[in-house]
Amino acid sequence: MNRLEPPRHSWDVVVVGGGNAALCAALCAAEEGARVLVLEGAPKPYRGGNSRHTRNFRCKHEGPLSVLTGTYGEDEYFQDLMLVTKGKTDEDLARFTIRASEECLPWMEARGVRFQPSLSGTLSLSRTNAFFLGGGKALVNAYYNAAEDLGVSVRYEAQVSHIAVEADRFKHIEVSFSGGPVERISARAVVLASGGFQADREWLVSAWGPAARNFLIRGTPYNRGVVLRDMLDQGCESVGDPTQCHAVAIDGRAPQYDGGIVTRLDCVPFSVMVNRDAERFYDEGEDVWPKRYAIWGRLVAGQPDQVAYAIIDSTSLDLFMPSVFRPVVGQTIEELGEKLGLDPAKLAKTVGGFNAACKPGAFTPTELDGLSTEGLDPPKTNWARPVTEPPFYGYQLRPGVTFTYLGLKVDKTARVQTPSGALSNVWAAGEIMAGSILGQGYLAGFGMTIGTVFGRIAGHEAARHALNDREIADVA
Amino acid sequence: MLLELSQDDSGSTAEARRQIEICNACRYCEGYCSVFPAMTRQKMFSDGDITHLANLCHNCRGCYYACQYTEPHEFALNLPAALAEVRQESWERLVWPAPFSRLFHTHGVAIAGMLVAGISALFALIAALPESAGDGFYAHLSHNAMVAVFTPGFLLPLVAVAIGLYRYWRDVGAGPITLPDIGNAFASAATLRNLDGGQGQGCNFEREDRYTDLRRWFHQAVLYGFLACFAATSVATLMHYFLDWQAPYGLFTPPKLLGVPGGIALVIGTSGLVWLKMRADPKLGASRVWGGEVAFVLLLGLVAASGLALYAATGTFAVSSLLALHLGSVLALFLLLPYTKMVHGFFRIAALLAEEAKRKG
Repeated sequence: MNRLEPPRHSWDVVVVGGGNAALCAALCAAEEGARVLVLEGAPKPYRGGNSRHTRNFRCKHEGPLSVLTGTYGEDEYFQDLMLVTKGKTDEDLARFTIRASEECLPWMEARGVRFQPSLSGTLSLSRTNAFFLGGGKALVNAYYNAAEDLGVSVRYEAQVSHIAVEADRFKHIEVSFSGGPVERISARAVVLASGGFQADREWLVSAWGPAARNFLIRGTPYNRGVVLRDMLDQGCESVGDPTQCHAVAIDGRAPQYDGGIVTRLDCVPFSVMVNRDAERFYDEGEDVWPKRYAIWGRLVAGQPDQVAYAIIDSTSLDLFMPSVFRPVVGQTIEELGEKLGLDPAKLAKTVGGFNAACKPGAFTPTELDGLSTEGLDPPKTNWARPVTEPPFYGYQLRPGVTFTYLGLKVDKTARVQTPSGALSNVWAAGEIMAGSILGQGYLAGFGMTIGTVFGRIAGHEAARHALNDREIADVA
Repeated sequence: MLLELSQDDSGSTAEARRQIEICNACRYCEGYCSVFPAMTRQKMFSDGDITHLANLCHNCRGCYYACQYTEPHEFALNLPAALAEVRQESWERLVWPAPFSRLFHTHGVAIAGMLVAGISALFALIAALPESAGDGFYAHLSHNAMVAVFTPGFLLPLVAVAIGLYRYWRDVGAGPITLPDIGNAFASAATLRNLDGGQGQGCNFEREDRYTDLRRWFHQAVLYGFLACFAATSVATLMHYFLDWQAPYGLFTPPKLLGVPGGIALVIGTSGLVWLKMRADPKLGASRVWGGEVAFVLLLGLVAASGLALYAATGTFAVSSLLALHLGSVLALFLLLPYTKMVHGFFRIAALLAEEAKRKG
């Protein structure tokens, strides 16, 4: 492609990042008539940041909408958010986002995003979450195609190292392409949509402690928070707890980065969970899995070596979605312990003790069945069936980081804030500012909602600013 | 459960199984085609299960471009290619005799060789037999001589295919089928539902991650064109025996009204398919049979084009040569039916039927 690129100094809007929020911003800006450059840090096959691992979009709607059934009103949506964030949210901004989500869905469809009915095993989300046909990478592909059709320029392997801000104005970007020399690119406006810092191991360690060395990163290795740190260093206001990240317990054999959805393990409620020392450490049956999976990342992170093991028997194997890795199999608990690298005798003792504490009763895997252990510490308060039917199966679990909470503070127009007011031509969207709304926990599909809502606003505002600027320059 | 399954641990089936287990833990692609819903019925996959999924896959490639785990990711998913290879191997293994399959599927040159042999045989036959009393092309080759060549030339390959289908049905462990199953399976094939991207937007064959419907249109031009030509021949046979109405037929007779549009559709469809194949990424299919596939499509196109030319040349000196060219290519096409891409039609219908039966549990 030998598209004639405009001279570097005449870009209207530069978008830093190449995921959902970045592309929504680029599309909106280009549709307004702005000349847009997208700087994606990843090489083309890995474009799209964490969006390529997502699968749905949480959407308010007052009646059936596209693939969504029933209604999902603002208040219910907000209550769901309050539940997971324990109130750590900016209500005004959150409600604003929720209200804006409804008009996003048709906008997405008009730009090539396709939705499909709720995936098997996720029927509980069919009313609240619209699933992307093919998942987040298909969405990302659709947006890149739409951007290409609009004449947006995209550069891959573009590592942005610095956003030069003088007084309240952004002047230029420092960027290196494919590891080449640092170049300066000027533009009238910039949208920052380059994600969180979860792939910067040292940053994670300094925030969380040495345990973070054993964490797996579920998403892209390209979210290293370089731009986030650069902006914070220049005095921009932050939101979100700088020491926290969202982590879930995933299959311990997952790759270091980019393992995505297939590494999740839903077996905990039907397991005996033990740590490295073959000891139980928490109530596996505290609540249904969708309400508990998010705390298990933290629980496993608190165990020695940040590792845990799920032990089940043949009666439970078909009760959960398979992970990508086959379970370790043993004909006896001792054999399984041996294969998992646990002390076989100790594991047998722990499982034996658990089995002895189980009481007879009806086992109902789909709801809280109250089938609890007796006289066991910690107890298992639901689904406590003895683990006795060989073959026995085991999975290793480790904490998998989804995203970090620290971000840039923005207002409703997505403009980046400093203690002395907003920067005049810098906007932020997506994970880099999501901490304003999502201060704790996670609500499925809400990251894409924040990215889409604020990406569109940022693109629109940046384009308006830039075009206004261009007009003034032309007159002068 | 684990130990009861028949599982080949190496080769293409094992590779497809590795990939399918990853897909089954993800399920993002459920809406594209029948393969993914079929996959969710189980967690472990026998060799027969893999063969079934492979024959259900229409190579639309939607799942490849949507996949977060394609290379350079260490999971290295390329499900369209993995299933294409298993599918290819299943035809080569199941259709009798296997060595013929391996030869012709893989080598376009072998197909060309068969074509030359077929045409030469027809030239020789026309030269050897005395001019008959019939009209039109029957003056060059009598009806009875044609029947003597083409009856075995058509039926023997069908026997080979039938053996393959019988083995397929046994391998994939499909149960009994009902009338509605047959209706659903044929409706799927008639619309190429599994190549429509799940929502009618088409497939990702020749324009990477953009959807297009060209492959479906060209394929159906070939399918319906072929069926029309086949119907033309069948109806002419009936007219010959039961109405005592012999060729040559005028334009406004059933054989020509079916055959001429059918032939034109075939020429357009086969040209289109070859053109698409030149543009598509060979790494997303069974790349080792690329040459054989193209040679087969060209052969099909030649059958149609030579048939149209033969009709156009009615009454001229060229009839004798064109007759040998046309009938020779038809003979080659028939004889190669079990051992070329042509056989996919039979296995596709079998897979769609098996899927209908399996879907009911």
